[in-house]
Amino acid sequence: MNFDTFPFLSSLVFLPLVGALVLYLLPFFRPDHDEHGTLSRGFALFVSLVVFAISLLMLTHFDAADSGYQFSERADWIPYFGISYFVGLDGISVWLVLLTTFLMPLVVIASASVHKKIRGYLASMLVLETAMIGTLVALDVFLFYVFWELMLAPMYFIIGIWGGKRRIYATLKFVLYTVVGSLLMLVAIFYVVWRFYEQQGHLTFLLDELQMYTNLTRKEELWMFAAFALAFGIKVPLFPFHTWLPDAHVEAPTGGSVVLAGVLLKMGLYGYIRFAYPLFPRAADAFAPYIATLAVIGIVYGALVAWAQSDIKKLVAYSSVSHLGYCVLGFVAFNAVATSGAMYQMLNHGISTGALFLLVGVLYDRKHTRLMADYGGLAAKVPLFAFLFLVFTLSSIALPLTNGFIGEFLILTGSFKTFPVLTVIGTTGVVLGAVYMLTLYMKTMYGELDEGKNGDLTDVNGRELATFLPLLVMVFWMGIYPQPFLSRMEPTLNAYFSAVAERRAALNVYENDVAPSQDIVLEREHQQARPVRESAAQPNLNRAVEG
Amino acid sequence: MVPVTYYLTLSALMFTLGIVGVVIRRNAIVVFMCIELMLNAVNLSFVALSRLVGNLDGQIAVFFVMVVAAAEAAVGLAIIISLFRSAKSVETSDANQLNG
Amino acid sequence: MEQNGVTALGYIPLFPLIGSVLAFIIGRSKRDAAGWIATLASAMAFAVVVALVMAMPEEAEYYYRAFTWFSVGGFTLDFAFRFDHLTAVMCLVVTGIGSLIHLYSVAYMAEDEGRHRFFAYLNLFMFSMLLLVLGANLLVLFVGWEGVGLCSYLLIGFWFKNLSYAGAGRKAFVVNRIGDAGFLFGMFMLYRQFDTLDFAELAQAISVNASPELLPLYFVVALCLFVGATGKSAQIPLFVWLPDAMAGPTPVSALIHAATMVTAGVYMMARLNFLFDLAPQAQAIVAIVAVFTAMVAALTALTQNDIKKVLAYSTVSQLGFMFMAAGAGVYWVAVFHLVTHAFFKACLFLGAGSVIHGCHHEQDMRHMGGLWSKMPITAATYGISTLAIAGIYPLSGYFSKHAILAALEGGHNPALEGLLELLVPMASVTAFLTAFYMTRSFAMTFLGSYRGHAHPHESPLRMTAPLIVLAGLALVGGLWLGGTLPHYLAPVLGSPAEHGHESIIEGLMHSWIGIAGIGVGLLCYTSLSQIPATIYRVIGPLSTLSLNKFYFDELYAAVVVKPLEAIARVLFRVVDQGMIDGAVNGTAAVVDVSGEVARSTQTGQVRHYAFFMFVAALLMLFLFVFAGRV
Repeated sequence: MNFDTFPFLSSLVFLPLVGALVLYLLPFFRPDHDEHGTLSRGFALFVSLVVFAISLLMLTHFDAADSGYQFSERADWIPYFGISYFVGLDGISVWLVLLTTFLMPLVVIASASVHKKIRGYLASMLVLETAMIGTLVALDVFLFYVFWELMLAPMYFIIGIWGGKRRIYATLKFVLYTVVGSLLMLVAIFYVVWRFYEQQGHLTFLLDELQMYTNLTRKEELWMFAAFALAFGIKVPLFPFHTWLPDAHVEAPTGGSVVLAGVLLKMGLYGYIRFAYPLFPRAADAFAPYIATLAVIGIVYGALVAWAQSDIKKLVAYSSVSHLGYCVLGFVAFNAVATSGAMYQMLNHGISTGALFLLVGVLYDRKHTRLMADYGGLAAKVPLFAFLFLVFTLSSIALPLTNGFIGEFLILTGSFKTFPVLTVIGTTGVVLGAVYMLTLYMKTMYGELDEGKNGDLTDVNGRELATFLPLLVMVFWMGIYPQPFLSRMEPTLNAYFSAVAERRAALNVYENDVAPSQDIVLEREHQQARPVRESAAQPNLNRAVEG
Repeated sequence: MVPVTYYLTLSALMFTLGIVGVVIRRNAIVVFMCIELMLNAVNLSFVALSRLVGNLDGQIAVFFVMVVAAAEAAVGLAIIISLFRSAKSVETSDANQLNG
Repeated sequence: MEQNGVTALGYIPLFPLIGSVLAFIIGRSKRDAAGWIATLASAMAFAVVVALVMAMPEEAEYYYRAFTWFSVGGFTLDFAFRFDHLTAVMCLVVTGIGSLIHLYSVAYMAEDEGRHRFFAYLNLFMFSMLLLVLGANLLVLFVGWEGVGLCSYLLIGFWFKNLSYAGAGRKAFVVNRIGDAGFLFGMFMLYRQFDTLDFAELAQAISVNASPELLPLYFVVALCLFVGATGKSAQIPLFVWLPDAMAGPTPVSALIHAATMVTAGVYMMARLNFLFDLAPQAQAIVAIVAVFTAMVAALTALTQNDIKKVLAYSTVSQLGFMFMAAGAGVYWVAVFHLVTHAFFKACLFLGAGSVIHGCHHEQDMRHMGGLWSKMPITAATYGISTLAIAGIYPLSGYFSKHAILAALEGGHNPALEGLLELLVPMASVTAFLTAFYMTRSFAMTFLGSYRGHAHPHESPLRMTAPLIVLAGLALVGGLWLGGTLPHYLAPVLGSPAEHGHESIIEGLMHSWIGIAGIGVGLLCYTSLSQIPATIYRVIGPLSTLSLNKFYFDELYAAVVVKPLEAIARVLFRVVDQGMIDGAVNGTAAVVDVSGEVARSTQTGQVRHYAFFMFVAALLMLFLFVFAGRV
C-alpha cells in the first residue's frame, strides 16, 4: 500500500457508511434472520474496529511538526457552484477524529443492552460515525454543512426509536434546537460565499480561500459571526441554549448518550475553532468577553443545577454543561495555553463523561431506574463497579494525574491571563464539581445496601469491563503523560493563531481603505477584485490546498 | 343595433350567477354547470367586444375556450364519477378530505 | 545540573505507589498480605530517604526530572523532584512515622474485611504526600496536595456503610477543595507574572523583582496560597472538616490527620518562604488566624468527650501554633514544631487507637478510666506524649513551643505592631489550655476507676512497639532536634538567630505554663472532680458553646450550604425548567397555536376555496386597476 496516495481519510469517512449499508442489506444475504443480533453486532464491531485501526495507522503517519493539512484529498463535487470534496487532517482535528473512532467500538459493545431493531440501531451508529468524522475533516464549508446536518438524522432516530419514555419530546427538541441554529449558519455561509464571489468573481466554498480573500466590513462580520456562534453555541451547548441536552441525554440509550456527550457536543466548539474564528476574527474578538461570560455562567450554573438533580443521568448531563463551559472559556481566551487546554479538555470530557454514561447504563440495564434514591450502598455489593465509578468520578472532578486535571489547569491558567475575573468565578466550578459528583458517589455507592431492592445486583461483567478498560487506561495516560497529545496539536495551533492574526490585520486594512459608505465599497471592490485573484491569489491557493 | 353594454351586462350577470352557484351549491353537477355558465359568460363578452372593435381575435379566443371547456367537461365529469364511486354522493361538502 | 539528576529521588514515591497497587491486587485474594506489602513499601521508601540524607553533602540539593509533564505555548512544566534539607526533614517524618503507623495498622486492622483497600489507600497516601514534599514546582506539589486530599477522603469514608462517615469524607474533600481553589488562584497569578511555577525559578524571579509595585501582588498571592493552607491544615475558617475526619480508622487519624497531611500547609509556607517574606501583611494575617484557631480549638477540646475528638481539636490547635511561627517568619521553628508534633501526636492517636482497640471500640472517655493498670504501655506512652504536648522540659514539645512563643514575641513584622500585646498572651493561654485538656483526657482515660462494661486489655506488641518508638522520640526529639534542626535547615530557610542553651532549672521554670495546666487538670479530674461541674454550671453558656464546637458547622450550614442548595434548586426548577425551558416550549406552543388558527381556514370544502379564490381575484383586480392611480 502506498501511504502517500491511499485515500485514508475517505476510507475513514465512508467505511462506516458502507458498513451501515451492508447491515441494512443483511437480511438479503442471510434470510434465516439474525435473531439475537449477534451477527449484526459482530459485524458493526468489526467495521468500527477497522475504522479505529485505520485512524491509528494514520496517527502513526501523522507528522507532528507539520502545521498544515495532512492526508488531504480533493475532488470537484459540484464545480458549477465551486463546491468541492476537500478533506484533510491537522492538529486541531486529529485527536477528535481519534476520539470518535475510539469511542465507536465501545458504543457498539455497549449495544448489548439494546434489544429492539438492533440492526437499525447499529446502522444508525455507523452512519453517525461517518457524519462525525466527515464533519471533523471537511475543509469545504458546504461539505462541512452537509456532514453537520447529516449528524442529526441518525441521532434523531437513535433517541426517537431506542430512547426512554419521553423520547419523542426529547428528540424533537434536540433536532429543532439544532436546526434553528444551523439554518442561520447556512445563510451566513451563503452570504460569505456571495461576498467572495462579488470580490473575486468566482464561486468557492473552500475554507482557506474564503478565509484569505473574503473582505467583510466589521458590521457584516458581526452578523455572520453571530449566526455561526448561535449554531455552534446551541451544539456545545452554551448557556442558555442548553436545555435540549439534559432531555436528550436522559432519553437517549446509553450508546446515544456516550456519542452525544463524547463527540457531538465537541462539534460546536470545533466549529468555533475551525470556522467562526478564522472567518470572522474581529467579530470573534468583540464577542469573546460575552461568550466567555456565558461560558462561566454555564460552568457555575451547570454545576449548581447538577447538584439539584435526583436523576443520575441528568446530573451527568448538567455536568457536561459545566465542563463544556470550561472548554469554551479556554478557547475564547485565545492564547496558546488556554486553547490547548480547551482542546485537550474536549478529549477528556469525551472519555470521562462517556465512561460515566456507560456506568449509568450498567446500572440502568440491571435495575431500570436512574434515580439516585433507588441505589445506595452499592460499593459493598459491586466493588469493581464502585472502583470504576470512583476513577471516572475523580477524572470528572479533575483530580491531578487524571486526564481532567491537565485540561482544566491549562484552561484556567491560560484564561486567567485574558479574563482574570471570569476565571476566578469559573474556578468555583472546581469546588462545585466536587460537591455534586461526590454527592452522587456517596448517595449511590456508600451507605447501607438495601438488600430487598439491590441485593441481586451483579458486578460489571466481562463485556462491560471491555468497554471500561480502554477508557480507564486513557484516563491515566492522558493525566500522567499528556505530551504526545499536546505536541501534535501545538504546531497547528501556532499556525492557526498567526493565520487568525493575519486575517484580522488584513480585514482592518480593508476597513481603513474603503470609504465609509458600504455601497461605494461594493462598487470599488467589484472593480479591484478581479486582478487580485489572477496575481496574488493563485499561488497562495495552491499552498493552501497542498498544505 | 343592440348596444354593446347590453351584452356586457348580460355577460356579467351570467358570470355572477356562475360564481354564486359555484360557491353556494353543493351538488357537484350543478357546480360544474355553473363553471360552464361562467365560461360562456366570458365567451359572450368576447364575441360582443370582437364585434365592436371589428377584430376576429376575440372570436378565435372563444373557440379556444370552447375546446378547453369540452376537455374540462370530460375530465370534470370523470372526477365527479370517481367522487361518486368513493363517497357515494356528488355533494361537494362530502369531499372534504383536505380539511386540515 | 545533569540531564535527569538523581534517579533515586524517583524511587521514594515509586515504592509506595507500587505497594499500593500490589496491596490492592494481591490483597483481594490474600487479605493478610496487603498489610505487609504496604509496610514493606513504606519502609523501603524510608530506607531510600535515609540513604539519601546520609549521602547528601552539606548545603547540597538533589534534583530529578522524571519527564516533561506538558509543554504548550511556551509553558513547560517538568514532573520533577527536588530534595533539599527541608524536603529531607519532611520525607523522614512522612516515611519514618508512616512506616511505624503501617506496622501498627497491620495489627489494628487485622480483622477488617476491607483491609486490602485500607492499605492500598494508605500507601497511595504516602505516594501523594511524598510527591507533595518532593515536588520541584508548585504543580507537582499541587498533585500531592490534591492526592492527599483524595486519600483522606477515601480513608475517612473507609467504613462507607455508615453514611455519616462517608459524609465526613465528602465534607473533608469539599472543604479542602475550597482551599485548593485559593491555591489555584495563587498559582495562576504567579504564572501570569513570572511564566514559571518552578520553586527555584520563582525564588530567583521574586528575589530580583522585589520592587514596591509588585508587593500587592505578593500579598494577594500569599493570601491565596494561605487559603489553600487553611483548607489542608485545618485553620479558621476551613478547619471544620478535621474533627469530622475522625470517622476514619485511628491509624489514619494518626498518620494523615495529625502527623503529615495536615502539616502540608506549614510545609508549603516554609517552601515559599521567599514569597511570604515579601508579604508582611499576609504573614500578619497568618499569625492572627493561627492564634485564633489555636485558641478556639483548644477551648473546644476542653469539653469533648470523644477521645479522638479531643485529639483532633488539639491537632487544629497545634497547627495553629505552627502557623504562628510561620506567620512570624521563623520557618524553622514551624518545621520544628511540625516534627515534634508528628512524634507526640502520632503517639497520642495511636495510643487512643490502642485504647479503643482494647475497650472494644469504645471512644467515649466517660466510659473509660483506670486503664493505667490494664494497659500500662499505652498509658505510659500516652502520658509521655501528654507531657510533651503540654510543653514540659525536657520533652520535645517544650522546645518547639517555647521557640514558637519566642518567635512570636520577637517578631519584627511591622504589620503586627501593637497586635502582639494581644496575640502573645492568647498564645500563652492556649498553651495552658493545651496542658489542661490533655491532662483531662489522660486522667479520664487512664486514672480513677474503670467506668465501662468491656474487658480492656493491652494491645499486641505490633501496636505497642510503634508507640514506644514514638514516645521515645517525643521524649528526646526536642533536645536532639532543637540544636541541629536550625542549622540543618539554614540553607533553605535562612540562618536563625542564635540563642544560648538553658539549664535544667531554667527549662523547668520556663515550662510553668504547662506544669500549671497539668496541675490544674489533675486536680480537677482526679481528686476534686466536682470542680469542673461547678465551673460548667457557672459559665453555662460558654461551656455549651465549647461543647457545640462554637457552632461553626451550624453557621456554615446556615450561611453557605443551605442557601447554595436552595439556589441550586431554584436554578433548576425556576430558571432552567421554568424560564429557559419555558421559553423554548413557549416558542413551540406559539407555533402550535398559530398552526391551529391557520388550520381552521382549511375546511376541505371546495366552495370555500373557490370563494377565497374569487375574493382574491377581485382584490388583485382592484389592485391592478387602482394601485397605479393612488
